[in-house]
Amino acid sequence: MNSRRRDFVTGFAAVAPVVVAYIPIGLLWGTLAASKGLSPLEALLMSVVVFAGSAQFVAVDMWHDPVPVLLLTLTALIVNVRHVLMSASLSRHIDAIPRALHPIVAYFLTDESWALAERRALQEPLTLAFYLGVSLPLAATWWIATGVGAMLGRALGDPSAIGLDFAFSAMFIAILMGFWKGPSTAGVLAMSGAVAAGTYLAFDGPWYIVTGGIAGALYAYSTWRRGAEA
Amino acid sequence: MTGTTLLAIIGMGVATYLTRLSGFYLLRGLNLSGPMKAALDALPPAVLMAVIAPMILATGLAETIAAAITAVAAFFRLPLAVTIVVGIVSVVALRAILN
Repeated sequence: MNSRRRDFVTGFAAVAPVVVAYIPIGLLWGTLAASKGLSPLEALLMSVVVFAGSAQFVAVDMWHDPVPVLLLTLTALIVNVRHVLMSASLSRHIDAIPRALHPIVAYFLTDESWALAERRALQEPLTLAFYLGVSLPLAATWWIATGVGAMLGRALGDPSAIGLDFAFSAMFIAILMGFWKGPSTAGVLAMSGAVAAGTYLAFDGPWYIVTGGIAGALYAYSTWRRGAEA
Repeated sequence: MTGTTLLAIIGMGVATYLTRLSGFYLLRGLNLSGPMKAALDALPPAVLMAVIAPMILATGLAETIAAAITAVAAFFRLPLAVTIVVGIVSVVALRAILN
């Protein structure tokens, strides 16, 4: 019991700075969700059921009436496909966690919890207590901040008046820099950006995300050379 | 709460959860390599780029310049929240100047 408590506290300490960063991001997402007409209850429900910041930002960006259910589902799948690789990588380190609890580990998998869990696994076996010490504060902060943001949101009015419409783009630009692996990335981004912008100008609806994403991946597939991985 | 809103939330939740769970089981024993790995590695940045392309490439000069300033802030590894503030302040100032 003592070691479990120690692992939990160690995880909590490691994640504390990220928790602080989640507060304004969560408030912001709630505000944007409210500006698209989602009620605080709907926003909170999405944060609990989906629990994925970037997918939720993209979803609210695409949100319109009538709600494009299939497109939102497909986009969530594509935006979160990185989690397949993360969970595959993490699966090598979860032997100390009972197999029946792996579905719970999967629910709490975020970019941040995954990174901290992988780093922990370099030093000692990953325990459920450490993982929950990281994940529960992140999740609780996300749920509360997004719900509060949605309650405040209606009072803030048009987000573009104070530049909040650009917050989506600014956040994704920041995340995008983390994927930079050299010149090959430039080709992927150029292909994706060109196809997405062309699709956006040519067709109604947010299909540009799907076409741009697939174009970038196809570029990487077709330009792959043995031994050339960055 | 409308039925389609609930359906969208459930659909997104199931799709997201499947991406998080599948790696634990689907890829067990498999070795993703070569061009397939390269394509999967490229998918997240490609999708993120696609998301922002209309705003940074096809909206206006203010948005395009603000995106470049935001990228510089991110390049210097400013915290995410600070980078977002830099982007918002840039776009508000540039819209005021250019419009």
